[in-house]
Amino acid sequence: MLRVLIALIPGIAAYVWYFGPAILVSITLASITALLTEAVMLKLRQRPLKPFLSDNSALITAWLLALSIPALAPWWMVVVGTAFGIAIAKHLYGGLGNNPFNPAMIGYAVLIISFPAHMTHWLTPNMLDGHALTFAEQLNYIFNGVLPAGSTLDAVTMATPLDTLKTQLHLGLSVNDIREMPIYGHLAGKGSEMVALGFAIGGIYLLATRVINWVVPLVYLGSLFVIAGLFHQANPAHYVAPLFHWFSGAAMLGAFFIYTDPVGGPTTFKGRLIYAFGAALLTYLIRTFGGFPDGVAFAALLMNICVPLIDTWTQPKVFGKKGGGQ
Amino acid sequence: MRTLFKFHGGVHPPTHKAESTRTPIAQAAMPSKLIIPLHQHVGNRAVPTVQVGERVLKGQIIGRPEGRLSSAVHASTSGTVSAIDMQTVAHHSGLPDLCITIIPDGKDEWIEHSGVDYKQAPHTELRHRLREAGVVGLGGAVFPSDMKSYSNKHKIKTLVLNGAECEPYITCDDLLMRERASDILRGAEVLRELLYAEEVLIGIEDNKPEAIAAMKQAVQDDQHAHMEVIAVPTLYPGGGAKQLIRVLTGIEVAAGVRSTEKGVQCFNVATAYCAWRAITYGEPLLSRIVTVTGNVEHAQNFEVLLGTPVHELVAQAGSKPDTDRHIMGGPMMGVDLPSGKVGVTKATNCIIESSPKLFPPPEPALPCIRCTRCAEVCPAELQPQELYWFAKVQNFGKTQEYDLFDCIECGACAYVCPSHIPLVQYYRFAKSEIWQREQESQAAEVARERHEYRLFRVEREKQEKAERLAQKEKAALAAKAAAPAPVAATANAGDTDNTVQMRIDAAVARAKEQAAGSQPKNIDTLTAQQQADINEIQARRAKIREMASNAGGDDEPPKQS
Repeated sequence: MLRVLIALIPGIAAYVWYFGPAILVSITLASITALLTEAVMLKLRQRPLKPFLSDNSALITAWLLALSIPALAPWWMVVVGTAFGIAIAKHLYGGLGNNPFNPAMIGYAVLIISFPAHMTHWLTPNMLDGHALTFAEQLNYIFNGVLPAGSTLDAVTMATPLDTLKTQLHLGLSVNDIREMPIYGHLAGKGSEMVALGFAIGGIYLLATRVINWVVPLVYLGSLFVIAGLFHQANPAHYVAPLFHWFSGAAMLGAFFIYTDPVGGPTTFKGRLIYAFGAALLTYLIRTFGGFPDGVAFAALLMNICVPLIDTWTQPKVFGKKGGGQ
Repeated sequence: MRTLFKFHGGVHPPTHKAESTRTPIAQAAMPSKLIIPLHQHVGNRAVPTVQVGERVLKGQIIGRPEGRLSSAVHASTSGTVSAIDMQTVAHHSGLPDLCITIIPDGKDEWIEHSGVDYKQAPHTELRHRLREAGVVGLGGAVFPSDMKSYSNKHKIKTLVLNGAECEPYITCDDLLMRERASDILRGAEVLRELLYAEEVLIGIEDNKPEAIAAMKQAVQDDQHAHMEVIAVPTLYPGGGAKQLIRVLTGIEVAAGVRSTEKGVQCFNVATAYCAWRAITYGEPLLSRIVTVTGNVEHAQNFEVLLGTPVHELVAQAGSKPDTDRHIMGGPMMGVDLPSGKVGVTKATNCIIESSPKLFPPPEPALPCIRCTRCAEVCPAELQPQELYWFAKVQNFGKTQEYDLFDCIECGACAYVCPSHIPLVQYYRFAKSEIWQREQESQAAEVARERHEYRLFRVEREKQEKAERLAQKEKAALAAKAAAPAPVAATANAGDTDNTVQMRIDAAVARAKEQAAGSQPKNIDTLTAQQQADINEIQARRAKIREMASNAGGDDEPPKQS
């Protein structure tokens, strides 16, 4: 699972490049919390520490959670989300291999439901003018909740490009008008589109090294493209283009790093088709018509629930029993 | 060029075949004794026909086949029968079985024997000869060959000759094909005759170019029509009968279905060779080629007399001192022999001397993360991760729903498992538990029927008794009516009441006495042997219970007994 961590590095690098090193702080914080929680839970469950602490699975949960929430989130949010994911969503269900839900996505869901306000303060990319925070200032906010004098949270953070799109559409603007806003780049949000690209590069590395199966990422992105494309064709002024969906929010992270988590995912070929299509449909519906800024995490959890059923329904016929004789 | 088919999955473990193919087949030295099990084949155990102390000749039947599905067992050389008793045999269970021990006299004196021309002899006679010669499938299944050479029920189109030999380390068929190709093909021709098959397809994995060349040459030299040598891709377990049939013909034979129902029969190359020797020369199956490899000085193939103790055989290949166990078969499907003292049997194709260095102990198993690498390589197209899950929690009904019994235990899943889970052990455990339960439920069914019959019988006896009583009473009444003296009758009335009461009291007393005396006695007067048996049975039950509860434990593999 070390390769999964390696594959996250291009995306993280882009993150640091466009939004400053705050994300490294939350990743470190989440990693420490994850390892500590893992160790405590293993101790409580009387399991050996070494094999489970060194399998990197806790780190993957930590990194995915840190990347899913605003980099400027207060330190205690990172800790609560990670600890909840590892202790409740993973270990109370029986530990590695037995958790029906993705622990990082559970952590995310807990945070967005409990602290919705904090979850909307995303860093503004540093190519937009405004006051980009220095690393020291970012640290000061994460740990002490103090911003530099004369600066406000609204000045240094913003809603996500997806969120902004939704709000502006409600205000009656057309997609084209909104896309003219300075926060948007070529594909989607400035900066964040490059982070998504980084995740895609990492995902291709995972596919090439056969760490993940190709079915889920391909079908997920394909379905998302087709669904978004159909809506966009029907009403381009109201529904944004499919590429925007690909490079916004956590779509790329989900396609290659979240939906491909084997533990909570289906195991059959047909099951993976259904799972990935369902996830894409839910992502789109939640993003476009739902109350949350992104749908990737909830789509993952909702599809996780369906996995036992999907697996049972899609059992392949075994050797010699496929019918039709030869 | 023939189009070949593919089977799902498969793996490429390192083959390790070169070590034992450098030198030709060597004749193994005459052992100090032969331990010949009477049950070396599928079916009924052969019945001993010799006595302790009797002199036997090479090729003499020492165990005659019993029942339809059985095969004969012979003295592999001349000598004296020194024992007929239970001994540990070459089987992973380690359970003893009836064996005949022969001390060779060194003369290797043959019994009178002669063959027939297969073209002249009737098929029934040929089959009888195969049975009497103890010819069984030498690929490992040891199914009696006479039973496989019928074709009256199903029309057989293709005879598949299996020379694939897909397991790593094993090279006995490879060497046999290199050195004795023409006899193999003649044997195949006999089997083809018996089956009325139209064609013989000889499948050999393409990592054996010498064997392929030798077999092709022999087809040409002897001008065998209807025969074709086909190089199949090297892919484990491509030498499984079902996989090879699939690759050569495209036909999939499901578990529990006979390939003959689909018009295909499959024999191993060594079986064809032995069939030829048995029919044409009257030579029974007395020896086989065994690969001795692994932790030895010089790995090699030996022609070994059946019954040769394994430790005497491996010594000839220079077994190294740090050898800790002997594996019979290959590293994927082979089994650990219970001891080096067991005799080589018809199923012994290979002995791998194992050392901790050669086969390090497996890494500790980690949890299954459902990565489905196992499903990707499963040749039976099963969902090994689901089977594992259900076997672990002992949900045996579910394992059957997920086609547990289609598993051929090839071990490809365990080979690729990134969590090092010994998957096949779980499947074997589940299978044996299911068999056990089926036996128990059958026994319970019999017991229930007996109980119900007993209730029925008791009820019937009660009715019969009541009828008899009624008749008696009727007769008594009739007699009374016939009696003429009413006065005497009244006088007698009180008297009768008294006697009846007395009789009832006496009967109650008797019944009490009987009840007191009829305590269950059958466990009071046990012989020491019976007591020992009971103890053993209870110990075994306790062990099974313990095994079952251990298997429920988190990530521990179930212990095999």
